[in-house]
Amino acid sequence: MTNEMPDLVDIQVIRRGIKSRKRMDNIFIGVGLGSLAFSLGVLLVLIGKLLVEGGKRLFGQGIAGLWNFLTSVPDSNPEVAGIKIAIIGSFCVILLTAIIAVPLGIGAGIFLEEYAGRGDLPIPFPKWMSNIIEINISNLAGVPSIIYGLLAMGLFKYQLRLGETIATAGLTLALLILPIIIVTTREAIKAVPQALREGVYAIGASRWQMIWDHILPASAGGILTGLIVGLSRAIGEAAPLVTIGALTFITFPPPFPFSPKLVGEGLHGPFDWLFSPFTVMPIQVFDWVSRPRPEFSVVNAGAAAVVLVVMTLSMNALAIYLRIYFRKRVKW
Amino acid sequence: MSDTTNLLLSVTSKEALAKRKAREFREGIIQILLAIAAVSSVLVTIGIMEVLVGESWKFFTNPELKEVGIDNIFADFFNLVNPQWTVLFEEKHFGILTLLSSTLLTSFIALVVAIPIGTTVAIFLSEFAIPSVREALKPILELLAGVPSVVFGYFALNVISPLIRSFNQDIPGFNRLSAGIVIGIAIIPIISSIAEDAMRAVPNQMREGSYALGATRLNTAINVVLPAAFSGIVAAYILGVSRAVGETMIVAVAGGLQAIYSWNPLEGAATISAFIVQVSLGDIEFGSLEYESIFAAGLTLAIITLALNLVGFFLIKKYKETY
Repeated sequence: MTNEMPDLVDIQVIRRGIKSRKRMDNIFIGVGLGSLAFSLGVLLVLIGKLLVEGGKRLFGQGIAGLWNFLTSVPDSNPEVAGIKIAIIGSFCVILLTAIIAVPLGIGAGIFLEEYAGRGDLPIPFPKWMSNIIEINISNLAGVPSIIYGLLAMGLFKYQLRLGETIATAGLTLALLILPIIIVTTREAIKAVPQALREGVYAIGASRWQMIWDHILPASAGGILTGLIVGLSRAIGEAAPLVTIGALTFITFPPPFPFSPKLVGEGLHGPFDWLFSPFTVMPIQVFDWVSRPRPEFSVVNAGAAAVVLVVMTLSMNALAIYLRIYFRKRVKW
Repeated sequence: MSDTTNLLLSVTSKEALAKRKAREFREGIIQILLAIAAVSSVLVTIGIMEVLVGESWKFFTNPELKEVGIDNIFADFFNLVNPQWTVLFEEKHFGILTLLSSTLLTSFIALVVAIPIGTTVAIFLSEFAIPSVREALKPILELLAGVPSVVFGYFALNVISPLIRSFNQDIPGFNRLSAGIVIGIAIIPIISSIAEDAMRAVPNQMREGSYALGATRLNTAINVVLPAAFSGIVAAYILGVSRAVGETMIVAVAGGLQAIYSWNPLEGAATISAFIVQVSLGDIEFGSLEYESIFAAGLTLAIITLALNLVGFFLIKKYKETY
């Protein structure tokens, strides 16, 4: 410390101070943009690497090669191995996931926003119960996906004897994305102004008429966004399905309802597909990337990852677009 | 006039009363259905607890433990001095710290990557970017959050690991460093979005007061907004750690599934979650020691993440109450 105080009236000192602080601001803007550029850069390098390596299998032999990759069953020869079974498996599992998680998630979201904690219910619902449900959902949202895998293995596979089937997988992923759907449904419903509810009640509507005819249409955009984000998460999840033993070498798709049986007489029942073994896209990527041969671990895993990333990122992009579209349209 | 009379009559008529009863009945049924949906989420938690605690209990009380030479399973499980995790070998040991060393080290590396970048991004988006720029840039992070973790594993194994090895060929291809770095990249969106929410919850008057004293944006961000949003930012880090600790597929792909007790970032890794994957890949018998051990490991993981999440949610609630 010097005894001489800087001359505060000296305009040069002040200017220099302002200048250096403004420079720091600009430097930080650079650092901030740099950090975002890093994130974008990682995404681009990731996609670039997938395209370069996976492209050898996807686009190496023209359109026929791509078709062959998408429609072939797994094989020990990397050049003919394809992802048909995994694509069909992912579709079946996600279908079941959606059938379970969408009504449960939206229903729970509606209940927590429009029923729980209100005093005027037809059937009273205790406040402590709704508190427990709320704490429970925020905790479930933070449970690692592998723990759902243990639930699937311990409860569904062994205790309920559902085995290594699409039913187990769909149920597990439905429970996994339930908190996401509940939370986004609640946020979407919360955004609907109270005045709308009061207006609808004033013309004599019941609670459910109010919800079904007014709240749900008004919050459909937000709910839809949450559903898509949740389902895209389910499509990309491998951990909870590895534990139930989905990593199997399967060369036949689940039976289509009422298709003729391959073994024995007669037709498949309408729900036989639920109880058939399966594999899904992320499991296929994991299976290939874990193999020692680079034709599998780099090229084929990359090609399958391209297809998987196209699925999840296009769903995410759709969710982002829907969110912006509905925000522009709805002005409360 | 006659319309009004008719209306009044119909309200009191029996038919209208019956209609009203039917409506109330329907409302009750709908409420019950919705309540079942809400309560089902509690059943999920009960199911998870039942499976984890039940199977772990069977593990710790399994008589087979004596047969493989473990007299005191708790001493073995919580062995902090010389832990070994050799569940799949002939001579079995269950020192959970072996797996925890991988879990904690990869999470630490992830935080070293994600905290500076995530915080900078959050400050930039919340304090510097005008709304239109923010809306244009945020989707980058959301897309990063949408990449499946097994694809991040591919990235760690085939891009980051070769990059690290280009400095020193002696480093094994499967290592904790590359897994940790990529987990860090994967949790950047979580940290930045929670931290940004916390900063944007700080009321504007505080910024305006700071500007009025002649502070720049950066001065304001660091000296006013960051301290005010402190609890929310810490919550962002804690929820980020919780995610990193539970991350599975990145380590399962890029860690090499080697259960070594070590604090060296260049060794192979088997975190708790990766070990669960490893055991599930083999043929395990229902009710065997191997089968039960993954539930004991999973219970440890669940307790760690639950504790982290509770602290994180408490901190978020705190800043929401303050503003």
